[in-house]
Amino acid sequence: MPSKVEGWKDEVYGTDVREHLYRFAEEGWNAIPEDERDAWFERFKWWGLYHQRKGQESYFMMRIGTPNGRLTPEQLRVVGEIADEYARGPVENPEFGGAYCDWTTRQSIQLHWIQLQDVPEIFEKLEANDLSTIQACGDSWRNIVGSPVAGRDAKEHLDAWPVIQELHETFKGNDDYANLPRKWKVAVTGDTRGSGQAEINDLGFEPASKEIDGEERKGFNVTVGGGLSRKEPRFARDIDVFVTPEEVPEVAGGVSALFRDHGDREDRFNARIKFLVDEWGPEKLRRVLQEDYVEFELRSAGDGLREEYTYNAGRNDEIGDYVGVHEQTDGNYFVGLSVLVGRMGAEDVIELADLAEAYGSEMIGLTQRQNVIVADIAEEDLDDFLSEDVLEYYSPDPHPFLRGSIACTGTEFCSLSIVETKNRMVRYARWLKDNVELPDGIDDFHIHLSGCTASCAQPQIADISLRGMKTRKDGEPVEAFDIGLGGGLGENPQFADWVEMRVAADEVPGYIRNLLRIYDEASDGKESFREFIDRHDEDELNGLAEPEETSYEDPYLGNTKMTWYPYAEETEMDASPTPSPADD
Amino acid sequence: MPTSVHQLDDGAWLSVNDTRQINVSDLWWLARHDFCSCEMADFLAEGFVDIGVDYPNIEGRIAGQCIECGESGVTDWLTLGRVVDPEAGRFFGVDPGSVHVPVRRRRLALPDE
Ligand code: HEM
Ligand code: SF4
Ligand SMILES: [Zn+2]
Repeated sequence: MPSKVEGWKDEVYGTDVREHLYRFAEEGWNAIPEDERDAWFERFKWWGLYHQRKGQESYFMMRIGTPNGRLTPEQLRVVGEIADEYARGPVENPEFGGAYCDWTTRQSIQLHWIQLQDVPEIFEKLEANDLSTIQACGDSWRNIVGSPVAGRDAKEHLDAWPVIQELHETFKGNDDYANLPRKWKVAVTGDTRGSGQAEINDLGFEPASKEIDGEERKGFNVTVGGGLSRKEPRFARDIDVFVTPEEVPEVAGGVSALFRDHGDREDRFNARIKFLVDEWGPEKLRRVLQEDYVEFELRSAGDGLREEYTYNAGRNDEIGDYVGVHEQTDGNYFVGLSVLVGRMGAEDVIELADLAEAYGSEMIGLTQRQNVIVADIAEEDLDDFLSEDVLEYYSPDPHPFLRGSIACTGTEFCSLSIVETKNRMVRYARWLKDNVELPDGIDDFHIHLSGCTASCAQPQIADISLRGMKTRKDGEPVEAFDIGLGGGLGENPQFADWVEMRVAADEVPGYIRNLLRIYDEASDGKESFREFIDRHDEDELNGLAEPEETSYEDPYLGNTKMTWYPYAEETEMDASPTPSPADD
Repeated sequence: MPTSVHQLDDGAWLSVNDTRQINVSDLWWLARHDFCSCEMADFLAEGFVDIGVDYPNIEGRIAGQCIECGESGVTDWLTLGRVVDPEAGRFFGVDPGSVHVPVRRRRLALPDE
């Protein structure tokens, strides 16, 4: 029997949801019939609105999909202004203030505390600037990810931006693909860094070459069925297909139609295409794709470039993450700025947009490491740009503990969460920077912190993987983490081994310090941290270092999910001021 | 009014008559269970897997982990709360921190899922 969500989707879904959204915006929160709330919240996701967690009734997270993480400075300013005006809740966040934007691990933008009555105005502002929330959540083509500096980056096999634009135009708002069994995540990588992280997407296009009719052609190898969620991580499987850039839309449409028709609509926990690939194997998937979904004859895979990948690859010789100053193919420069846990105050966003415009930049990029890039800075302006005040905090040359830290949304807003995430990761990173000497050989160190097993912060592909848990300390429940080691992408993608379970959150920084000391003693400075972990087996990694209380203090150790908002003065559920009175 | 119950947002919470009632992330004490070898399982709820109604009780199976021993999996059926007055649809959730006894088989009026 199809799941309940499928029934709701059959009634209304896709572009049609919009008129209802506008009606509710007009009539107010209370106009949503109480017994239809769950159905409408599910449908609103298609238009990028996700209801926030218990205790925050009537407030929504809004996601804006920016293909390739690409915006113009003007668009960035619009986003900052919308955040400033509409993304304000009843209480400020002590770390980030009253209005902020989140740059996400899929190169999108998240705003919080959005109210229904403001949605039409926000949509109008977004759409007047060629931005949209369409399909940013829900069961369809999500934001397409890739290298934001495609066409500018010297480390590029081919420019994938035109391909991504075409996919975006073809599959957004397209009724044939609007209602899939589950989310559909696509990555197209044209660079040699591997920055699209195609390995963890439902459908991936990775740079490759192949001889066709005696001629060396550049294009992509196709992979299917990657994903990290639910303790069931999968790398996308190679289906042995090479496509030229022109062929990408047909094959991408074919694979997503195959998913539409064959994905599991009865059990949402089994719906992602990774499970279909488990069941069928890549050979059958390829065969069905060829027979029923693609008109031309598929070629076998070409030569990939994975050995060159540097993005989240754990290499010592090169860090491919875009942070810092990089020369473009046109002689200008792009400057990657580190944004700790991807969150930037609305005022800073507007200031950065103004600055980018003043320096003649035509492009802003958001990366999967939650950072921001300003492109097109002329060589003669570079020194001035680098000495601008905003770059002191959002640094092009950050400390590795700040540079490598990623965190998801967590108990601040997210229903699934087990623990507090972003504010805690900020405190971890600062404590580590102030208290732990970086061993020789470490220039880059990735800590990915996720609040639950959904794995939005990609915890399984980091040097230190943190996944939200609980434990007891002196009998009292406290927030905790499972700790994993040794994950990453690159030539040999690998998921972390989970080696320390249920470590109280205040003992995690001590664990990392102790582990780095052990690395420092055992390592010759040439071996990267990931290589060091790699040469130990799981047994050796268990108990290699000890969790320990230190001078680090954790203000969120209690159960932040029990609060209506973790940073409020009166935190109890009963103190929640929501749903908000339908004002203006 | 028939009682409508479902789990939403990938099992993040239990909804009764379109009101969010029970969250993941709570610790549940389980007694007389075969979830793990602990006498009392200290069970962290990570996702609602199945929901059913056995008037007046709302029952569910929860995915999660015993934080004492680390065993993870899905519980047998637990009483999550009860709808006392079906007309008004008022729901009273159980206190996760008190002791719960999961049961294997129940004849449940399954919701349409
Ligand atoms: C309100 C906050 C959020 C909620 C409720 C949420 C929900 C989820 C869920 C349920 C999954 C499991 C995926 C599945 O099995 O289909 C997931 C995975 C994921 N989400 Fe989120 N998410 C949130 C925020 C974010 C953010 C901020 C990002 C960045 C764009 C993000 C990116 C991802 C990624 C990268 C994965 C894991 C990879 C995968 O399995 O595809 N999520 N999220
Ligand atoms: S990983 Fe879990 S806690 Fe974090 S944003 Fe995703 S669903 Fe929420
Ligand atoms: Zn146990």
